[in-house]
Amino acid sequence: MSRPGAWGVRLLAGMLLVGLAGCGSGPAPDVAAPPQNEFVFGLLMVGPANDHGWSQAHFEAGRYVEKNVPGARMVYVDKVNPSDRPGTTPAQLADDLLARGARLVIFNSDDMKDGALEFARAHRDIPVIHISGDSAWPEGRDHARLPNLANIMGRMEHGAAMAGFAAAMTTRTGRIGYLGPLINDETRRLAAATYLGARHAWTQVLKRNPGQLRFKVSWIGFWFNIPGVTADPTQVADGFFASGFDVVVSGIDTTEALAEAKKFSTPDKPAYAIPYDYVSACAEAEGVCLGVPYYNWGPAYVQQVEAVRAGTWQPSFQWLSPDWSDINDPDRSAVGYQKGAALAPAAARELDAFIGALAGGLNLWTGPLQYQDGAVFLKPGETATDAQVWYLPQLLQGMTGQSVSNQ
Amino acid sequence: MIRARSLWLRTGGPVIGVGVAVLAAAGLLLLAGASPLEAFRQMGLGAFGSVNRLADVLVVWGPLVLVTAGLLVTFAAGLWNIGIEGQIVMGAIGVTGVLRLLQDAPLPPWLVLSIALAAGMTAGAAWAVLAGLLKTIGGVNEIFGGLGLNFIASALILWLIFGPWKRPGIGSMSGTEPFPESLGLPTLAGTRLSLWSLALGLAAVGAIALLLSRSALGLRLRAVGLNARAAFLLGVPTWRNLLVAFGLCGALAGLAGFVQVTAVYHRLIPSISSGYGFLGLLVALIIRYRAVWVVPVAAFFAAITIGGIQLPIALQLDSSLSGVLQGLLVLGVLFSDGLRHRAAARS
Repeated sequence: MSRPGAWGVRLLAGMLLVGLAGCGSGPAPDVAAPPQNEFVFGLLMVGPANDHGWSQAHFEAGRYVEKNVPGARMVYVDKVNPSDRPGTTPAQLADDLLARGARLVIFNSDDMKDGALEFARAHRDIPVIHISGDSAWPEGRDHARLPNLANIMGRMEHGAAMAGFAAAMTTRTGRIGYLGPLINDETRRLAAATYLGARHAWTQVLKRNPGQLRFKVSWIGFWFNIPGVTADPTQVADGFFASGFDVVVSGIDTTEALAEAKKFSTPDKPAYAIPYDYVSACAEAEGVCLGVPYYNWGPAYVQQVEAVRAGTWQPSFQWLSPDWSDINDPDRSAVGYQKGAALAPAAARELDAFIGALAGGLNLWTGPLQYQDGAVFLKPGETATDAQVWYLPQLLQGMTGQSVSNQ
Repeated sequence: MIRARSLWLRTGGPVIGVGVAVLAAAGLLLLAGASPLEAFRQMGLGAFGSVNRLADVLVVWGPLVLVTAGLLVTFAAGLWNIGIEGQIVMGAIGVTGVLRLLQDAPLPPWLVLSIALAAGMTAGAAWAVLAGLLKTIGGVNEIFGGLGLNFIASALILWLIFGPWKRPGIGSMSGTEPFPESLGLPTLAGTRLSLWSLALGLAAVGAIALLLSRSALGLRLRAVGLNARAAFLLGVPTWRNLLVAFGLCGALAGLAGFVQVTAVYHRLIPSISSGYGFLGLLVALIIRYRAVWVVPVAAFFAAITIGGIQLPIALQLDSSLSGVLQGLLVLGVLFSDGLRHRAAARS
């Protein structure tokens, strides 16, 4: 057995490694005070900054702010989830960004709701933006009444409907799979919006019997694969393609559906996928990609940063529509749809017409619509309110898959 | 001459071990395109740069010490309690079950928390004893039994969070609905640190140190650990002592689960153990099961864990490098121990 003297040496060496390295700077702050014209904002991302999905879309929005707002600088931490960063909380990591000089902090996931609220309550002088949340919505179910909290979300229901439309225009088997993340209000309404777009194409453009369209939702349990915790999205996508589904629309933050479509696609039996979130997601497998509905957070971030800087920032709930004059305008539109190379020209033309109809006021959330269990959602001619869409309690009739997580 | 050689064996080996670990970590950082000195400086700042960060280090330290203290018992009995992760999880599940059941009951919070604490320790102990029974009755090596039980505990916690205990209408990785503030251990103002967590950790280490060094039970456990067959032939009931060792370790793991639920997360989350079971195994390995070193070495590992968060923030490096550093330190020190023993044998 070693004697304590030896252990003292080990500890001393260890402390030299970490402890003294840090204490060498004494009680000075972590970083030098930022230059007077610099504005530091913090971003917490639930997934990796290079996930080709949700988190990368936010990361690039941060870079967009740096490019378009003089003096703006982003500090960030990615993979903010309990599996990747055990022993930490989003609020704790936000504190770290604060220590790096952040004067505005963005939490980019619905799953960070507790952390965003905790941080906002603890730092009432720091504007907090919780992406995809509803705590700042006066008409919402969970209004937190915090003076420093805002919510921003894109009306991706439009993008999801475009994805569903492209899927229905392309499928040969009439079977569309939806690779869902976890089950909550947001994911239910996006899956439902995808179905509504598909049903519209199927019945209104292709003039087919709605009963012949099969739309199946499979949830993996989280926004991306966590081995041993979630269902493996690769296997779920494989399951779709192996059982006759020829188009998989992804609602998760990563691109497994695209990779599997590429693997399964043959000249006789083509397979297609539609990724989600990130404008360049199709690049991974252009030949099987029908397009991608994506978020463009940059313009909204710029607006928030400039408002904080000007001292005019106010708490708000923003559910941002596409800019219908050009949904792919990077400087104006919050939501877009980038067509994929695999989308046939005729289908692409129909999709353009569909986007034009949406811009002209076509509302897919118009009755008659039933919930999955057959109960009436919207009576004939009735249109859904924002709250009805946001808090959609079930999937819709015509969709198969779970509406709520298992009891 | 002999004294000088002995001193070198005692001190030189560990220095070499730590030095090799530091150099290997530095090499990795260079490969990642970062300055090792800057990375170590940022980690230091991340751990000790402010009162809040020091508090965060201690938030990790509390449950880590509890777990490591428990592992000293099983190590003393010659057991590799790999199932400790599952024991933390089961403890947290027990705590959550009680809090959910009693949060609206007309009982004072201290009583509810006390019952939850007892439930957490009992659940952790029961899960550990199960691993012990698998070993003593079924002949299942505790490493494999523990791994299997870890998987079952993980599956159970996910099922609860996404099923019966899910938030209204939502199954979420962010866990169950947070408990009322009154059912959380009090924290120091402006920090996440609960002094209860520290007190429980220190008390556990003290109690285990006394148990192992000053009690008949400790003597029996060490006898079993050194040579179970000889101990049995001398009249020590081996299987009963093994189960006691598992039970004590599991109870402390369950207590760590209690701290995680009531002082850190205030709800049940899928990764409630935060990997402290495996980290505790590393700490126990590096201190060669000596209770006196639990407190500082666990603090050091906690500092690396918290300080490592700065790697992605300040240097855009993956914070898993801090885990690599911890692993390298353990390997370096174990390697140096091996060298030392070889040198001692030669001399």
